[in-house]
Amino acid sequence: MVESVVDVFNTSSKYIIPLLLAGIPCYGLFKKVKVYEVFVEGAKEGFDIAIRIIPYLVAILVAIGMFRASGALDLFIGALSPVLNLIGFPSENLLLAIMRPLSGSGSFGLLSDLVEQYGTDSLFAKIGATMFGSTETTFYILAVYFGSVGIKKVRHSVVAGLIADTVGVFSAVYICRFLFG
Amino acid sequence: MIVISVVVAIGTDIATYIATRTAADIDTSTAADEMMKIDADAVTEAATEMMKIDAVTEAAIQYAEIAVELAIGLIGIMALWLGIMKIADESGLVDVIAKVVRPITLKLFPDVPPDHPAIGSIVLNMAANVLGLGNAATPLGLKAMQELQELNPDKDTATNAMCTFLVINTSSVQLILPATVIALMGASASQIFLPTILATSMSTIAGVIAVKTLQNWKKFELKQEEKIDG
Repeated sequence: MVESVVDVFNTSSKYIIPLLLAGIPCYGLFKKVKVYEVFVEGAKEGFDIAIRIIPYLVAILVAIGMFRASGALDLFIGALSPVLNLIGFPSENLLLAIMRPLSGSGSFGLLSDLVEQYGTDSLFAKIGATMFGSTETTFYILAVYFGSVGIKKVRHSVVAGLIADTVGVFSAVYICRFLFG
Repeated sequence: MIVISVVVAIGTDIATYIATRTAADIDTSTAADEMMKIDADAVTEAATEMMKIDAVTEAAIQYAEIAVELAIGLIGIMALWLGIMKIADESGLVDVIAKVVRPITLKLFPDVPPDHPAIGSIVLNMAANVLGLGNAATPLGLKAMQELQELNPDKDTATNAMCTFLVINTSSVQLILPATVIALMGASASQIFLPTILATSMSTIAGVIAVKTLQNWKKFELKQEEKIDG
């Protein structure tokens, strides 16, 4: 039963990207959008974003690369892994989970590192990508949104936001472990 | 992080150096077994080869290069995806989602009058987030925040509605993955859609429950006189 659910999911998920790639332009045509012009305009943004993240990626990947090469990462993971193993949390994903609410570009750098180390098909990369996609940079949003209107007393929003992040991170781990084993 | 790395590397190097030296010393002092001496030499040699500080230097150089290659590699898929999502944006898909989101929004923000402009901005912000249109969502979110501020009697303290809105934004309800993740994961990205939707739903539900529970706690409660005023 459980296996067949996973099978159905794995087969049907292959259709998501092609369906979006075909469906959205069709919907656009139906709504009389100038599909080609709009596509090109959006695509330009992709170029800008990829270039803009280079400095952040250099900083984070160099730092994490040095951290790993020096053996500090192993020390850190080794110290925490008994606790993490107990709850089934892969220690490779721990840094990303901690970084996610603090920095968007930082956590993207850590996700790139997971992909670089273990490949896109690995469980670590999939858990990482799910973590990255399922929560936002809580402290950045807090600063920008409340800062824009001059709110100083943020009351329970930080605690509630971090509870949401924690639940998201653990959900990502357990859902991926269930689906990808 | 970089400083820790260097310190740990130097620490490990010194530790290995001392360890191998002591091994060599013991060996030469007893000087009994030729085999043992060779062993100790081999250890010293291996240790010099695997100096952590060299590995750290190499990693720094190598990763700086990888970072740029990686970012350049993302351009194609990013352009493709953001182009497609721009079409979604222009064709008014946001408004379709907004119709679905609106009734939920009214339930989540009981303190905001249903016909107040803040509701409209919140709904559009949430719809843009659902579609993964981060660039479109932020200005709408800031507008919603300003409109919520108009309803706020105490301008430097967040209202319940503001906290709820913020938590929904930080836990990000999403149906479509961010372009960066799709670009990075390549073909594996299709497998991430369902887990992300499930995980983000869990985090949003947890966030809403948390924000609604905590707002009545003594520590976070709005002051009594403000309640009467407002």
